[in-house]
This record gives sequence, C-alpha cells and structure tokens, in this order.
Amino acid sequence: MYNLKRTPLYEEHVKLGAKIVEFGGFEMPVQYKGIIDEHNVVRKKAGLFDVSHMGEIEVRGQGAKKFIQKLITNNIEKIEPGKIIYSPMCYENGGTVDDLLVYCFNAEHYWLVVNASNTEKDWQWIISQKREEIELINISDDIAQLALQGPMAEKILQQITPLNLEEIKYFRFIQGQVAGCDSIVSRTGYTGEDGFEIYIKTEDACKLWNELLDKGKPLGLAPIGLGARDTLRFEAGLPLYGHELSPDITPLEAGLDIFVDLDSGSDFIGKNALQAQKATGLKRKKMGIEMVDRGIPREGYTIQKNNQDIGYITSGSFSPTLGKNLGIALVKTEEAQVGNNVDVMIRNRPCRAVMVKTPFYKREVK
Amino acid sequence: MYPKNLKYTKEHEWVNLETKKIGITHYAQEALGDVVFVELPEIGVEFEAGDSIGVVESVKAVSDIYSPVSGKVVAVNEDLLDSPELINQDPYGKGWILEMEITGGEEELLDAEAYQRLIEEE
Repeated sequence: MYNLKRTPLYEEHVKLGAKIVEFGGFEMPVQYKGIIDEHNVVRKKAGLFDVSHMGEIEVRGQGAKKFIQKLITNNIEKIEPGKIIYSPMCYENGGTVDDLLVYCFNAEHYWLVVNASNTEKDWQWIISQKREEIELINISDDIAQLALQGPMAEKILQQITPLNLEEIKYFRFIQGQVAGCDSIVSRTGYTGEDGFEIYIKTEDACKLWNELLDKGKPLGLAPIGLGARDTLRFEAGLPLYGHELSPDITPLEAGLDIFVDLDSGSDFIGKNALQAQKATGLKRKKMGIEMVDRGIPREGYTIQKNNQDIGYITSGSFSPTLGKNLGIALVKTEEAQVGNNVDVMIRNRPCRAVMVKTPFYKREVK
Repeated sequence: MYPKNLKYTKEHEWVNLETKKIGITHYAQEALGDVVFVELPEIGVEFEAGDSIGVVESVKAVSDIYSPVSGKVVAVNEDLLDSPELINQDPYGKGWILEMEITGGEEELLDAEAYQRLIEEE
C-alpha cells in the first residue's frame, strides 16, 4: 500500500476547512475558501502557503561546489554565501531531471531545494553522480517550509522577526530568528509577487504558521492552497515540472536559456546535448496562447494551424487576474510568433486562439 | 441542500419534473470549486438519458454534464456564459443549466432522500 505523507501542518489545514488532495506523494490543501479568492488575496495583500512538501538536499564538503556544478545547467560561480540561484538539472541527453534552487551557505555547504514529486528521483540521481568526497543528506523530513507572498509580505513578516528584511534582496537569504524559531529566510517565491520563503525545523512549523496568520490577518493575510499556487505561478510564466519541463523537454525548449550556461567554461551533465540542440536550432519553443473563442485550453490539448498539428498545451487555465483563458504551449519553432492565429482543439473542436508573450502577468515594481 | 421537489442522478445532476429545468447539485458545485466556464448544448438537440449534454469547468477540473432524462433541449441558461459562478452561488435557481422537453428516463431518477444517502457514502 502506498502511503501518503503529511506535512507538520496537516492538522492546521484540516482545522481551517481546507479541501485536501494528493500532490507529490503528500496530502496537501488545494484550497481553503476558493481558488479565485485566494489567488486575488496574494496579488492584492498576502498569502501564506505550506510548501513543506518541497525536498531539501544538503551538500557538504570540499568538493561540494564542483559537484553541484556538474549537476546544474546554471553557473554556480554566480553565487556566494547568502545567495541563491535557480537552475534546471539535466540528464546527459538534455532532458530535464528537475528544476531547483541552490542555496549557498559557504563554498563547502549548499542546499538544493527540489520539487516534492521529484525528491526521491532527484536523490537517486544525485547519489548516482557522486564521485567527489562530499556528504549528501536528504533533510526533507526535518525541514518545513512556508511561503509568504504578496505586496504585504514584508510588513507582515517584519512584525515577528528582528532581522532587517529590507536588507534581503531578491534571491538572497539570511539566517536568524522568526517567531523565536531558528529560520532561513529568503526573498524568493513562486507567485510573481514579492515575498519570502522561510525554512524552519519541522517541530517549529505550527508555531510559525499560526503566528504569521495571527499577525498577518489585520493586514489581509490568508492561507492559500496549491490550487491558487498553480494559477499564480502560471500567470507569472513560471515553469512547473511535469508540465513545462520533463525528461522529454529540455530547458532550452522551455525558454529557460538564461539559466543554461553554455558559454563559460563550466561543465555540467547534458551540456553537449544542449549545445548541439542550440547549434542545430530548436525544433519547438514555449509560447503563450490566449483564447479568442470561448473555452479553456487545458494541458495536453493539441494546437493546430491550417488543420495541421503544431504543438500542445503544457499548462492552461482561466486567469483570475486577467480574466482571460490562457495557456502555455510547446509549439513548432517556425510557428512560434506573437500574433499567430491558431486553433486549440477543445473536445475535438477547433477553437480560435492567438499566440502571445509570456509571462502573462508582471507585477509593478515600486 | 437537496430540495425535495427535485429528482437527482448518481452523476450529481438535478431535474425539476415540473419546470423541466436541469442543473448540477450543491454537492457537485462544491466538489468542482469556482466554476469558470460552461459549455451549453444547442437548442433543439435530442439526448438520451446519460448522454453528455454539456461541460462545466472549474479552475482545476473539467466535468461532463449528463442528461438526467431523455428529451429535447428547449432552452439554455445564457446567463451562465458571462456569469458561470451562478452555478456556485445558486445551483438550483439562477444556476440552472438547461430546460428539456422530457420524453422518458424519469424512472431511473433518485429522490432527495436517496440522493442524500448516495453522497453520504461518497
């Protein structure tokens, strides 16, 4: 029997009336009040997410930096202690194992933060690549993670920490006390809004969760489920593994070329394949799709031009912020042009749509 | 939640045998979550009980609407095209989906009590 895991906040979600679903091997809250309301709260005020299902892998030792560089397509030289980079991780053939964040504590101590559904696969992959004298620890069960996202996030968090949050720039982190608990606080997120991701020990999760909800409520904070997490990341054009990225989709095809360092001397698994793919030219590309006819483009729906298949939808949804039906698609490169009129096949019927740029939503930066 | 004057199906549709209106139940709208799209059949089309007569989509889910009875579509609720959320707000009232001229299939329908039992088991 396959046992689903629970985060330390499971009981809190149930108390708050969450609808629970399976995601990435965990029983997770998909919504509390409703996806659209929750989505809008994050765009306008702030939302609190339990993302303790995410995996954390600790890498320590003299060879740590070199080892991680071998695993990731981005250049690890870009980070120093207190900095974070986003990177795909590839197979030799350029297909994607996962996408992850690398936290640099020092040159011999890093964290890899990976997708829940991939934690076990990544762990096996990473171990199989180990040649260096390094220590690898899967600390996923010991670490809980909360995401506090939205324009009010900093104001809310500042109430319960002596850390000066203003000093944490985008993709940086510091360690210190939050609600009296040892924490790692980074200015990162998966919503397209300003905000933080906070890592704490599993046993501190309930305390921090309730303290944040308590102190945040007067400023409009609400708990947010995975349903809105998906619509928020979708509008912001952020990839979701299993949709925009997979073993069959390279990071170049997913439009993540700025996170693939083919030019410097760094060497990583999949570099040759990705270089070759770039040299011969991409056969398909990521594009945005906006429906003209009524209908919602959904994952897997075929896209046609003059009755010929030219690609498919990797993620699609009604966009609560824009009030439109939108999709992210993988299409033939020669058809990938903003303004291109195409059809999305919805229940075997062609429905008119047009190619648009991604991201669909970009917040105004103060 | 489950008015006595309506009949129900195992697939969570309701039908009012007096007004001939059809919709989805409170249970169905709650399970779906925020409804953001409704696909309605054309007026005049004939269906057998159990045929797919339309589609309701929430943010996360796509769900067929099955005809509770056999008959011909005589009206559809066009308000749903611009305001699909009516299905969440008022599933037995403003959230009705279509009206049929019923020719049969009523014998398979559940009364409110039987439907209530069904969803308690789910």
